[in-house]
Amino acid sequence: MEKIPILRMGQFLLVTIQVDLYDQLAENLESDLVNMVKTHNAAGVLIDVSSVSIIDSFMGRILGNIATMSKIMDAETVVVGMQPAVAITLVELGLPLKGVHAALNVEKGMELLNSKLLLNKNEEDEDLEHDDNSDSSE
Amino acid sequence: MVIVKEQDVVPFRNRVKEAAVKIGMGLVNQTKLITGASELVRNMLKYGKGGVAKIEILSTSRDRGIRLIFEDKGPGIPDIKKAMQDGFTTGRSMGLGLPGTKRLMSEFEIWSEINKGTTVTVVKWKNG
Ligand SMILES: Nc1ncnc2c1ncn2[C@@H]1O[C@H](COP(=O)(O)OP(=O)(O)OP(=O)(O)O)[C@@H](O)[C@H]1O
Ligand SMILES: [Mg+2]
Repeated sequence: MEKIPILRMGQFLLVTIQVDLYDQLAENLESDLVNMVKTHNAAGVLIDVSSVSIIDSFMGRILGNIATMSKIMDAETVVVGMQPAVAITLVELGLPLKGVHAALNVEKGMELLNSKLLLNKNEEDEDLEHDDNSDSSE
Repeated sequence: MVIVKEQDVVPFRNRVKEAAVKIGMGLVNQTKLITGASELVRNMLKYGKGGVAKIEILSTSRDRGIRLIFEDKGPGIPDIKKAMQDGFTTGRSMGLGLPGTKRLMSEFEIWSEINKGTTVTVVKWKNG
């Protein structure tokens, strides 16, 4: 059975979509990702769509689902490398990619996730002013 | 081309792309055409129990284009006006397929009759 590989990069997960998704494949990807986010306590998910030439409402919904589920588990989702023609088409189609961040490439996507992490961490630090265990070793 | 299963979607999209490339359609219009085709073919599978999709190349003195016809013998659409609204769905989806595809195409026509089926015809002009 065909499967989309998920790579672990530090506290992030990277998925590169290179084939056209169909129902079963997309569902497997969704559940695999959720499991990986949970077991590795991932802080972010990067989805590389640079080799995807068509994003229709079906695939848009998959991306949205991944973002929603990741968010519930405290992870942010970034879609990276969307082709300009695909982006233009998505806007006209009217697809709102709710909760999905976008970045030009994987590197920029990581930067974005790191800056989000920092933001979240600072907020937490403000909440817990006298927290001595600020060093989070694994 | 007969469409009866999920696995027919990708080959069909490839055929649409070949036709668009053949008439020299630009990348953005190609992407709009194939995305719209994908929406309609999925509707045909999900709601119309499959059907037939046709690809035609149009040539006029002013422009060239692609016409796509999607014909199914499914349950039909009771209220086309409603179905054409953003967000209307009976499939717990986003209800974007029909109205979104209309926006992506140059021309869009829909015919439907209860218990007879649904036919959607769209045209995308190379320069339109
Ligand atoms: N070929 C068809 N036969 C019967 N009913 C259809 C057909 N195509 C669309 N419909 C009806 O029209 C509604 C709207 O279709 P549309 O494609 O806009 O949205 P959707 O398929 O429900 O959601 P999305 O396309 O965003 O995943 C559908 O929910 C369905 O009830
Ligand atoms: Mg649809």
